[in-house]
Amino acid sequence: MAEPLVVLDGVNKYFGDLHVLKDINLTVAPGEVVVVIGPSGSGKSTLCRAINRLETIESGTITIDGEELPQEGKALARLRSDVGMVFQAFNLFAHKTILQNVTLGPMKVRGVKKAGAQQRAKELLERVGVAHQAAKYPAQLSGGQQQRVAIARSLAMDPKIMLFDEPTSALDPEMINEVLDVMVELAESGMTMIVVTHEMGFARKAAHRVVFMADGEIVETAEPEEFFTNPQSERAKDFLGKILTH
Amino acid sequence: MRELFEQFDVWAAFWMTIKLSLWSALWALVLGTLLAIMRVGPVRILNVVGSAYVNVVRNTPLTLVVLFSLTVLGTRLGIQIADQNSPTFLTDEAVRWAIFGLSVYHAAFVCEALRSGVNTVPVGQAEAARSIGLGFGQSLRHIVLPQAFRGAVAPLASVAIALIKNTTVATIIGVAQTSYFMAEAIEFRPDLIWELFALIALFFLAITLPIGVGLTSLSRKVAVKR
Ligand SMILES: Nc1ncnc2c1ncn2[C@@H]1O[C@H](COP(=O)(O)OP(=O)(O)OP(=O)(O)O)[C@@H](O)[C@H]1O
Ligand SMILES: [Mg+2]
Repeated sequence: MAEPLVVLDGVNKYFGDLHVLKDINLTVAPGEVVVVIGPSGSGKSTLCRAINRLETIESGTITIDGEELPQEGKALARLRSDVGMVFQAFNLFAHKTILQNVTLGPMKVRGVKKAGAQQRAKELLERVGVAHQAAKYPAQLSGGQQQRVAIARSLAMDPKIMLFDEPTSALDPEMINEVLDVMVELAESGMTMIVVTHEMGFARKAAHRVVFMADGEIVETAEPEEFFTNPQSERAKDFLGKILTH
Repeated sequence: MRELFEQFDVWAAFWMTIKLSLWSALWALVLGTLLAIMRVGPVRILNVVGSAYVNVVRNTPLTLVVLFSLTVLGTRLGIQIADQNSPTFLTDEAVRWAIFGLSVYHAAFVCEALRSGVNTVPVGQAEAARSIGLGFGQSLRHIVLPQAFRGAVAPLASVAIALIKNTTVATIIGVAQTSYFMAEAIEFRPDLIWELFALIALFFLAITLPIGVGLTSLSRKVAVKR
């Protein structure tokens, strides 16, 4: 097996007295797509955010491409630029156009010239299917379009890995697939991805592994088909029972 | 009305009010922005210093701040901020200390107006900025502050209007601006008191009203759509 891209080793995280991540160990190989699933409050978002150090951790180590996450400052910013993050609420820069949203990072972080950044941004917007909206502002786009722009914005940094925190759960049902299609295409292109989602269709189609979390712990890890048809733990069975009946 | 203009240098007084307003507004904006950055930044000690500044200054009468500037900082401690060789040295000193006092005082209000602007920016904006690799300063400069300024235009307009009216306090250290002229005119031409008050009220209205209307429509125009 190739060198792992992400390694979480004995990670613990508390919010005050609340133990949110309990001794998490997780290794993600290059090109691997991992879906994280679990009940509300089980720590999925916190896990994602810790990998980007939007949350600090109390103990354990997180290593990305052989380099431990720096505490602060320039080194942290540089590492973050290699880790794409797609949020549930899109978080596009509200005062910038779609094109500027995508060119900002390459220009300010990577020092790419404007013309080059715009060229690349247009290609990426084309790839996610919103090229014709480039001159608009985020509020003028639908949720599905905004989320696809957010994916393009992350891709513009040429990240080594992309994190998705429930990217479709703020979307109207008819827009979910347009975002999932982009994510499936991304997975097929070999991008390393950690995706928090309850979309089983996506997990079945694109994921190599499903990680089931409950109460801050990784309870079970399995291949998607195996996990959905034959869960081992009681909690996974219980959880799947609940989401399948909906 | 004409007599007032003939007997007193009304235009010079008005011009001084405008000068005090512009310079103080500029410095208050600079200092207030720095204070706001200190208050919202991640460095604890700067948070404390920033909030101490705002709370002390906001709760001190402006008259005291302006008087303190000239008499303690200028005269007592001998800090000179005007050109000593200028023939108008003493007047210049008073004017500059007035600008200093007004700036220092209103910076606290600018800081709070900006902070209320910062509060209109959802945390997700800064998180998205950090996640593409922008540093703290960069995400402030490119993402948070531009949106905060837009959200702060309306509260900043109130600060600007208050500042313009507050320049009248400079009379206390002898700066010959509008209220100084007014005091003189009341003393020497009490017969013209109606004209005098009308003139001065009109003058202030003539500058504050357009600023109020202009900034309010600007704040609507630049408002960030979410
Ligand atoms: N900033 C915070 N301060 C305090 N507690 C927090 C904070 N963020 C999350 N929590 C708590 O930590 C626990 C894990 O939260 P987290 O958001 O990671 O769960 P999740 O699995 O993503 O849930 P969901 O499916 O609802 O998004 C929850 O109990 C939550 O209330
Ligand atoms: Mg969550």
